Amino acid sequence: MSNAVSALQGAVAPGEVTVREGGLQGMITLRGDLSNAKLKSVCKTVTGANFPKMGEAKMSGDNALAWMSPDEMLILVPHSDVADAIAKIDKALKGQHYLAENLSDARAIIMVEGTFAREVMAKLAPVDLHPDTFKPGDFRRTRLGQVAAAFWMKDDDTFAVICFRSVADYTFRLLAAGAKGGAVGHF
Amino acid sequence: MLTLNCPYCGVDADETDLHGEGEAHLKRFGPNSTDDEFHDYLFQRQNPKGVHFERWRHVYGCGKFFHAARCTATLEVFGTYLAQTLEPPQDIKDKITAKRPSWTWGNFS
Repeated sequence: MSNAVSALQGAVAPGEVTVREGGLQGMITLRGDLSNAKLKSVCKTVTGANFPKMGEAKMSGDNALAWMSPDEMLILVPHSDVADAIAKIDKALKGQHYLAENLSDARAIIMVEGTFAREVMAKLAPVDLHPDTFKPGDFRRTRLGQVAAAFWMKDDDTFAVICFRSVADYTFRLLAAGAKGGAVGHF
Repeated sequence: MLTLNCPYCGVDADETDLHGEGEAHLKRFGPNSTDDEFHDYLFQRQNPKGVHFERWRHVYGCGKFFHAARCTATLEVFGTYLAQTLEPPQDIKDKITAKRPSWTWGNFS
């Protein structure tokens, strides 16, 4: 079997705000009834993270659960654990109406780290990123420049961005250009 | 710039996050309807100056369709509501009545 490689193979754009490709990241999309107790508990089992409410991402170490839509949850686990996690989900939700699919290699994850990371994101997304409105643990699906993307705040200085693999290079350059442009000083 | 609150995500989505999906509350006329009914269903649309009901899709977000009530003249948004309904909910109608007392739209008022 061929070796998995991430879209940008760990590209880094260093600076006051560093843009860094996150490398291989296991991502499972789970669609189903998010109020279902079995679905909630298996999400917790595979990630260790609490179940997020609307618009949230809950993290546990490098694992996470992110609220994508009223019937879709994004599950982040290590790339090598995906098959095992899907097997657990299939077992827990047997007989129910759901979909669990491995999308790890269809997407890329990019980290934006640094003091004005918030402003880099605010330059690119039509989202109110004021510190009172968008806080660590908040998750948003939107667009960055011309492409669909989702991001969440890991902590005050770190955003994680996911996008489709085919536009990973564009998204990376977009974020790097935003970081290179410097702080705006708005927030 | 239009900003609509997506009733599924709870976020204020900018117009560029959304896609307009045309007039709301259309009743479909398909097989067994008359030619006139089918013609009107396909081609006849309201084009009001004032209160209007539209479908929108949160295309860059959750991907869901929802409804919006707004004024085409002032771009004021009266409210957004879920897609699983055949007519605007009463609270949206009340909000419009408070601001545009004599409004009518299709069979609604």
